[in-house]
This record gives sequence, C-alpha cells and structure tokens, in this order.
Amino acid sequence: MGDVILTMKGIDKSFPGVHALDHVNLEVRKGEVHALMGENGAGKSTLMKVLTGIYSKDSGTITYEGKEVEFSNPREAQDAGIVIVHQELNMMGHLTVAQNIFIGREFMKGKLIDDKRMNEEAKKLFDQLGIDIDPKETMSRLTVGKQQMCEIAKAISHEAKVIVFDEPSAALTEAEIEELFKIIRDLRSKQMGIVYISHRMDEIKVITDRVTVMRDGGYVGTLITKDSTKDDIINMMVGRVIYEDPKTESAVPKDAPVVLKVDHLNAGKMVKDVSFELRKGEILGFSGLMGAGRTETARALFGADPKESGDIYVNGEKVEIKTPQDAVKCGIGYLSEDRKRYGIVVAKTVAENSTMASLENFMKGMFIDKKKENEVAQQYVDTLKTKTPGVDQLVVNLSGGNQQKVVIAKWLVRNCDILIFDEPTRGIDVGAKSEIYQLMNELAAQGKSIIMISSEMTEILRMSDRIVVMCEGKKTGELDISEATQERIMHAATLRD
Amino acid sequence: MTEKKKGNAFTDNPLVKAIGLQKIVVVLVLILLVLVFSVASSSFRQYSTLLSILDCTYYLALLGIGVTFCLITGGVDLSIGTGMFCYALIGGYLITKAGTPVIVGILVTVLCGLIVGTINGLIVSKGGHAPFLATLCTMMIVRGMGAIVTNNSSITWPSAKAPNGWTRLLFKLDVGGTKVPIGLLWVLILAVVMSIFLNKTRPGRYIIAIGSNKEATRLSGVNVGKYQTLAYMISGVFTGLAALAYSSAFQSMIPGGGGGIELNAIGGAIIGGTSMSGGMGTISGTIIGVFLMSVLQLGLPMIGLQANWQQVIIGLVLIIAVYIDVLKNKRLA
Repeated sequence: MGDVILTMKGIDKSFPGVHALDHVNLEVRKGEVHALMGENGAGKSTLMKVLTGIYSKDSGTITYEGKEVEFSNPREAQDAGIVIVHQELNMMGHLTVAQNIFIGREFMKGKLIDDKRMNEEAKKLFDQLGIDIDPKETMSRLTVGKQQMCEIAKAISHEAKVIVFDEPSAALTEAEIEELFKIIRDLRSKQMGIVYISHRMDEIKVITDRVTVMRDGGYVGTLITKDSTKDDIINMMVGRVIYEDPKTESAVPKDAPVVLKVDHLNAGKMVKDVSFELRKGEILGFSGLMGAGRTETARALFGADPKESGDIYVNGEKVEIKTPQDAVKCGIGYLSEDRKRYGIVVAKTVAENSTMASLENFMKGMFIDKKKENEVAQQYVDTLKTKTPGVDQLVVNLSGGNQQKVVIAKWLVRNCDILIFDEPTRGIDVGAKSEIYQLMNELAAQGKSIIMISSEMTEILRMSDRIVVMCEGKKTGELDISEATQERIMHAATLRD
Repeated sequence: MTEKKKGNAFTDNPLVKAIGLQKIVVVLVLILLVLVFSVASSSFRQYSTLLSILDCTYYLALLGIGVTFCLITGGVDLSIGTGMFCYALIGGYLITKAGTPVIVGILVTVLCGLIVGTINGLIVSKGGHAPFLATLCTMMIVRGMGAIVTNNSSITWPSAKAPNGWTRLLFKLDVGGTKVPIGLLWVLILAVVMSIFLNKTRPGRYIIAIGSNKEATRLSGVNVGKYQTLAYMISGVFTGLAALAYSSAFQSMIPGGGGGIELNAIGGAIIGGTSMSGGMGTISGTIIGVFLMSVLQLGLPMIGLQANWQQVIIGLVLIIAVYIDVLKNKRLA
C-alpha cells in the first residue's frame, strides 16, 4: 500500500427525517483494495454518492490527492479521476463497445468520427487489461461480465486514480469473477486506489486489503483484512442493540396445518430451487441481503413473473398459478414493496381501493353497489384503525402507514388467507410501524398465514415465527425463531457455494 | 465466458449482419410483390406505373428520412403529414397568389418546416412533453395554419408549361417526350448524405445514443436536449423538402389535408428496421420501407383491390413489422 490518495472525514448527511450518514470516515491508499461493508441501508451507496457529487454533504471534508475537493456532479469527479463502476451498468446497448467507451469524446477525422481509431484505442485498452473483447461488437450482445469489463476499460481510459466498484460481482459467474479479480489485482499493482463494495464475505477475504464497516449510517471501524476473521466483520456489521423485544419462541402450534407448500421453485436467475412451507397462523420471515431473490420468489409464487419449474400446494392441493388472478383465486394476497406502483391506486378513494380485488362481490347487476362498497370499506377502516376522514377520501391524501392499511384491507376484503407482505414498513414512520406489526400479529392469531419479506433485521427478529434466509436466489438457511440470532442470519445471508 | 447470445449460421453470416436481416427480408418481399403485381396486371408493367410509384416514393422517402431521426431518439413526429401539406400550401400561395418569385416560395416552404421542427424539438426537449403528444398538437396547428394562410382555398402550383413552372421538373425531367425520374437521384443523394451524418458524425452518434439510453448519454457529458431538438429540426426540414416533392409531383393540394401520410412514412421506417423504442434505425432501411409502401399503394388497385383494402393490407403489414420490432427488443433486453 502506498500513500493516502483519498480521505473522507466526518461526512454527515441528512435527508428529511433520516440521518443517512453520521460522521463517516473512509481512507483509501494508492495500491489498495478497500472494502466498504454494511447491511442494506447502512449508507454505503449514499457515501459514494456524496463522494462523486450526486449528493452534497452537510459537513465533513473530502481530501483527494492532498487537496480538499467538493464535486458537484459525477462528471467533475470523473474528470478528476474518481470513477464508479455501477452495479447497474450505464451503457448504450445499441452502440458498439468502442462507441460506448468513447462516448462524448470521440476521435475525429475532420468532421467525421474516426471509428477505426476508436476501435484501435479500445483494443489497446483491452490488451492492457488482458481481456479479449471485440471493440466492434454491439454492447447488448455481450454478457454482463464483459459489459462490466467495458465499464472498467472506460474508467481506465479516463485516467482514473480511484475506482469504486459497487457490488461488481452480483451478476457475474464464477469464471467472470475470477477474471474481474485478476483485473482488480492488476489495477492495484498500478497504484490505483480501489473501493470495493460487496456483501460477499469470502470475496472480501480474497481480494481486499482493508475493510471499513458501516452500520445504520454510522462509521463502525476499519480492519486490516488479513488480520481479521469473517466473524469479526459480521459482528461489526450487526453489532447494534435491538431495542424492541425480539420474539423468543414461535406462536404457532407444532401441529398447525401447512397451508402453503412451495416445492423446488425456479424462476429466472434470481429464484433457484426454492422450497418452503407455511403453516396456518404463522409469520414466516424472509431475510437476506439486497438482490437475494426474495421479492422474485414472492412474485413467481404469486404468478406475477413466469416460473420455469416447481410445484405449489395450497391446503395440500396442488395448484397451477400462472397469473396473479390464479393466485388470488387460491386466496393469496401480495402487498408489494413498492406500494405506489403496484399496491394502490392513489387517485382513487379508500373505498374503491378496498374493493378493487373483489369487485365481483360488489356488483348489483351491471353496476357497482356503492352503498355496500362503502359499508364494507368502513368496516375495515374501523377494524384496522385506518386514519382517514372517510372512505371517500382519496388514498393519496393518507400517510404511508394508513395507505398500507388500505392495501391490507383490500386483501382482507378478498378474504385471502395467505398474505405476502413485501417490506411492509418501508417508508412508514416509527409509530405507524408498530401499528402494522400489531395488525400482522392479530391477523396471524386469527389464523391468517403471513410471508414477510424484510431487509430489516430487527423486523425479522421481532415478527417472525420462523425465518427463511436467501442468498443469490437460493435458500441458504431456515431457522426457528428460538434459535435465530443476527449473526446466524447474516452467516446464512452471505453463504455462497 | 466467451459465449454470445444465440444465433444461427445464416444470421451470423457477416454479410447478413452488415446489411441487417430485416432489410434483406423486406427487399425479398418487395421483389416478390413486384413480380406478383407484374404477373397479375399488365398495366403494372408499364413505364408510367414506375413513374407513378416513384412520384409517391419521393415525398414519402423524404418524410421517412426525417422522421427516422426522431424515431431513433425514441420519439416520433406526427406533424409531418399535415405539415407537408401546410408548407406546400403556404409556398404555393406565395408563388401563385402573392406573386413572389418561385425561389422565395421554395425557400419559405422549407423554412416553414425548419421552424415547426424546431418548435417540436424545443417542446419535447425543454418542455418535457411526450413526443407523441407534442407533435400531435403541432400536427393540428399546422393543419389549421395551412388553411388559414390560404384563406381556405386549394392551391395549385404552376404547371410545367407555365412560365414559372420549372418546379414541376425538379423531380421529373422531360427529355424529348420521355419522362426521366431525376428525383430518384436527389433522394438517393440525400439518403447517402443523411446516412453518413447519422453514422459518422457526432450529432448522429449522439442521436442514436440518446435513443439507446438517454440517462447514460447525459451522464457521459452529452448535451441531450440539443441533439434531441436537432432530430426534430431535421424532420422539419425534410418535411419541407417533401412538400416540394409533393407539389412537383401532384401540383395541387387542399387545405387541411395530409393527415395520415405521416403514418405511411413512419410505417415505412419501421418496416425498414427502425425501432419505435429508439436506438436503432437506418436510412437505407427507411428508403426500402417507403418503397414497399408505395408499391403496395399503387399495385393493390391494379390487381383489382379497392382503396379500402389497401388500408387493411398496409395495416396488417405494419402489425407484422412492429411485431418484429418487439421481438428484436426482447432479444436486446
């Protein structure tokens, strides 16, 4: 490791209602690979966005090559030599590899673009990196791994001195990861400073020199990788005190019937051979890191995305679920993580939203029975304690927590016995959160069965009777609540084979 | 690691790749159509039919070249059909009613196109309107304006025999009684120039890049609004040129007309392989596409299918073309 090239010190950033970064430090040296780790929402991406000028910081200093800097946009940061290789690639799929690399700064021959020279220069970059990509190939025809190599080549062509890799391996195959590591080692030997964001513990051990851990927007500490164990890092990542009482034992009787059985479900890249059972009155937590395939599993189960194989049994009977309609007929309700997009129609009233999934029960001949609709909606407003001036109120005017209650009402009106809650408390304030929790417990006590997908460890430990842990589309653990700890869940969530 | 997405021996053939599978298919269909029409109808085999097909092709090709640029940015320009009529009406009005020199009339015709194109571009890029809506509005505006300027009367450009009737010869020379379709040469020259512009200059490259991934293009430091506007300006200018081609071929136009022609031009571009979702398209494809459109337009009546059947058949052809577009996008996703 060489001299310090980049120092971020005491970085503080607040958004309305959220203290996203609380005096975070990061130091990167020339010729080092520095891991930035933390759970979902720990603030890693926010920190990198502050670095490259997408967000402005509230306080703290960024020192780069001995001078204090503040970039106002990614372009400025890039010109100074700080480049991010994003997980979601920023490319123009219809253009060729070389055209992508040199976009905005094409080589010209008079008035015309010199594509020949661009292809040659791109080839030189690839040779330098020791990778074999045809600069003339159309970008969208390359594999994700190759596309990422192109991003790296683009970064190098900008004469980058600091490269940030944001979860680079998430979409890569083993062989591609090997090639990526080879390139990263090569860049390190050329005295570049590299920030490597990843959830994968074993990769961190292999490729990085130091690890900085963040938790809940705060700085936890920096370790030297070779002197620390996986457990050290996990403890730093999860070391928070859980304020709310976690559940200590399952509320579900041992002999409760299985209401839903998913057998060897496969769907796309994100759902690989997932099997699990859900019992009557149970809250089954789905834990895992971002991109573990939990939402994808739920969507495939619900018929929202096509599945390749696997069987689903509801109350012991095998069912065919090809579309969401099929799922609803089987009594499954899905509360999306993205309420605004999939859950509710904001420009409609509470009553209209409540009956949306079961309108056929509210028809009087050809017309909707408004009176019955209002009555039933009011009934659920009362039982769920939804705070609204009336059932004719537009949903857009309600708070996040109350919107969520309207979605719950929708599925209860439909009389669904199996409810999938995908991030049920995302974007909901603390007070409303505990109300939603209470409601879920009541529903379970009434014999409804709940699948709860959550990225919040505290939520998982507080609500679940049993926990399924996923990693990269596979089920990597199943724990009874009595044996679940943060550390055990995190172990399973970072378990790769 | 080295595997590519699936293909087969034919589609992976370098020559097929360079030309584009869709274009090859369209050319084959075109040849087939010409053969069928020639066998089925003796009048289709006449030289005059070829001239008629070309007359229809000129303005469609010019409209098509322009709108291809908008389509490649991921937008569309619906104002080109009524726009073409509007500019031809205004130019013709100046020449025949206001007594301005012919050259001024011609320049004003093209200038009108440029102005409306620029307005379209600004509404889309600065105003943030959806291209479909923005140009739908200007489509109505120019339809009205053409009629207003001409006082709601038809306009007939000077005939070939008239003293200032040389505009009629712009696209079709008369050499000792034989008509020579010189317009084909102009259209081909413009097509080559615009093709080079699209593929070999920075503005062209950025227009493709915007259609492929607008945000990534913006983050690459490209002034996205500028090049988006440029695409609509090109479409406007070519609509002006199409107005000249139309006046030259058909001489007269009624106020408020031209609606629906934009769909023939856009349809031609799509048949030629330009994608409605942006990022993909070639000028050569558009030329072949509009040629297919005008062969259908003239050929179908000659084999005894009445005008309404043309609409049905052209609609069906477009469904197939768009379906191919959908398939292509799926493969790229």
